[in-house]
Amino acid sequence: MVNSNYIIEIKNITKSFPDKVVLDDVSLSVKKGEFLTILGPSGCGKTTLLRLLAGFNTATKGEISIGGEVMTDIPPHLRPVNTVFQRYALFPNYNVFDNIAFGLKLQKVDRKEIEQRVKRALKMVGMTDYEHRDVQSLSGGQQQRVAIARAIVNRPQVLLLDEPLAALDLKMRKDMQMELKEMHRDLGITFVYVTHDQEEALTLSDTIVVMNEGKIQQIGTPTDIYNEPCNAFVADFIGESNILNATMVHDRLVRFMDKEFECIDEGFGENTEVDVVIRPEDVYIIRNAEAAMFTGTVRSCIFKGVHYEMFVDTPDGYEIQIQDYNSFEPGTEVGMMIKPADIHVMRKERTENHIEGRLIDSTHVEILGESFECAEVEGIESGAKVDVAFDFSAVELTDDPDDGISWGTIRFILYKGDRYHLTVRTDDGDDVYVDTHDVWEDLDEVGITIHPSALRVTAIKE
Amino acid sequence: MKLFSRRRNLALPYAIFLGIMVVVPMLLIIIYAFMGKGGGFSLENFERFINQPEAANTFIYSIGIALITTIICIVLGYPAAYILSRLNASLAKVVVLLFIIPMWVNVLVRTLATVALFDFMSLPLGEGALIFGMVYNFLPFMVYPIYNVLQKMDHSLIEAAEDLGATPRQVFLRVVFPLSTPGIVSGIMMVFMPTISTFAIAELLTMNNIKLFGTTIQENINNGMWEYGAALSFIMLIIIGITSLFTDSSDENAANEGLL
Repeated sequence: MVNSNYIIEIKNITKSFPDKVVLDDVSLSVKKGEFLTILGPSGCGKTTLLRLLAGFNTATKGEISIGGEVMTDIPPHLRPVNTVFQRYALFPNYNVFDNIAFGLKLQKVDRKEIEQRVKRALKMVGMTDYEHRDVQSLSGGQQQRVAIARAIVNRPQVLLLDEPLAALDLKMRKDMQMELKEMHRDLGITFVYVTHDQEEALTLSDTIVVMNEGKIQQIGTPTDIYNEPCNAFVADFIGESNILNATMVHDRLVRFMDKEFECIDEGFGENTEVDVVIRPEDVYIIRNAEAAMFTGTVRSCIFKGVHYEMFVDTPDGYEIQIQDYNSFEPGTEVGMMIKPADIHVMRKERTENHIEGRLIDSTHVEILGESFECAEVEGIESGAKVDVAFDFSAVELTDDPDDGISWGTIRFILYKGDRYHLTVRTDDGDDVYVDTHDVWEDLDEVGITIHPSALRVTAIKE
Repeated sequence: MKLFSRRRNLALPYAIFLGIMVVVPMLLIIIYAFMGKGGGFSLENFERFINQPEAANTFIYSIGIALITTIICIVLGYPAAYILSRLNASLAKVVVLLFIIPMWVNVLVRTLATVALFDFMSLPLGEGALIFGMVYNFLPFMVYPIYNVLQKMDHSLIEAAEDLGATPRQVFLRVVFPLSTPGIVSGIMMVFMPTISTFAIAELLTMNNIKLFGTTIQENINNGMWEYGAALSFIMLIIIGITSLFTDSSDENAANEGLL
């Protein structure tokens, strides 16, 4: 036992299936008694990570310890964890009592004690007197309560919850969220909760782990994740946000939308390309356009219950999302202000595309599985490995995948106020990042064309 | 013509077919069964069944053979279905097809081929050959419904059981097997009942040495004893009816779940 503070330690876990890598070198430690949520879009690897903890899948590489013992290859029935499944997974051949008593009977617990513990578990989930009911006669919410009781009655060290509320309606989901939080406090055991619902994650968790594409993007408390997202993906996934391309002029001064803004971030260097995130509720909107930092025209205004949600177009072609308690009619000229502390600067993950390829001859290079024409390359031998760089805006996408030189599928769309930043994944798993003004949809198949003069080829030193 | 304008009228052709080919013959069976030698109502056919041990013995023997066949089918079929359900989908499809292809060949052709096979291997025809032939013919009807239920079973139930501490053996005994009983029940209905009334397989595979109940009925009717044959058919129908009632009540959705 290296550190008794951590109940789960995941070290460099990789899980690959024949056709794809689902988890890519993931490391994570979970503190004893913590409510930890793994949050991410579908297909990000969050459920796989949970299944590795439960033991339903085994990792391709890496090590998992639970309660100080290495559990990487231990089968599920020998692990000190219990799981609550998304679709309840109650045994239809047993009634409520026998479902909950299932684990205790296997442990050969004394019959009287079983009865007491089942009753206590039922009371905990608010289902007293349901012992003899047929599980299939229960509503979705009741079934999930029984499933939770069935898991906690075994007093596991860790309770794993795989999107347990996803199948319930909104009202029931809200109620159950509160109950889960209370239950976590009362039981004092570690909860590892998987969800794609960012609001749920922010409400419930002590710690949130944001995942995407099999990698952990950020680990932090709900406030950290919301206020200090570490990259554009996290900023976009958690809450609403305006994400814009910007240049850090020097410490505490950032330039975006062709204007300079004071901020509080330091240490990015001078004239560095960065992303800025501004939450819609942090943009102040006023009628007096002269006193403002920048101006715009209200395009739409929708009442959202507590606040109004407005989209404002600036004269330079940017679209800013704003939430405010006051409403402004569409067409109104308005002024806007942003406090230095509300501008959050993030390092860019990349500023151009870099793809490894092979030089075919002096005017052709093989990248993305196809031969692309390029400007004449000198001083590199044909057949040599090369790095091919090109700007995000140099890529042209076509509706018909066959019209492009290569093709790919749109995997991620990020709106940057005046343009879309797309991630296009090719058949071979290469990612091409594209800036475009055209509207595409997630999972569209597109052709990829790059103008020969845009490709910058450099040799890779072996 | 408004005949086909209402949707339920489309069922008319089949309803007529059903009436002529199923309902009328059943009524005829009942009428003949309760008809005396000289015509008119009588119970003499049933008295004869009780008093003449030959037919009753054949009847009991047939049930015995059907039971043995069914049990062998379960013992052979369940593991096969279980393994099939665990194969990946494309491979399972191929194997299921291999199970089904022999069913495309007429039962008489298959049975004659079995006779030829026994001849070729110089194995004696008789009771053993009979049971072999029955199992060979009916096994797919046991495998398929069980496979169907197992294959549709929610995999998270198995994971839930493992998660709660069940060893692979306990998972099978406490979850998988109990939940697959509807498939077994359907399998029994599709094997046990038809085997009671088979006669072609018995005739061919025992050189007519062993009589099953189906054979007795057929002989009586062939020999012009329609009333007695009808009474025997009636008794068999009642027995089959009772077993199907019994299996139905054991699980209300049994038959539906097991078949496709």
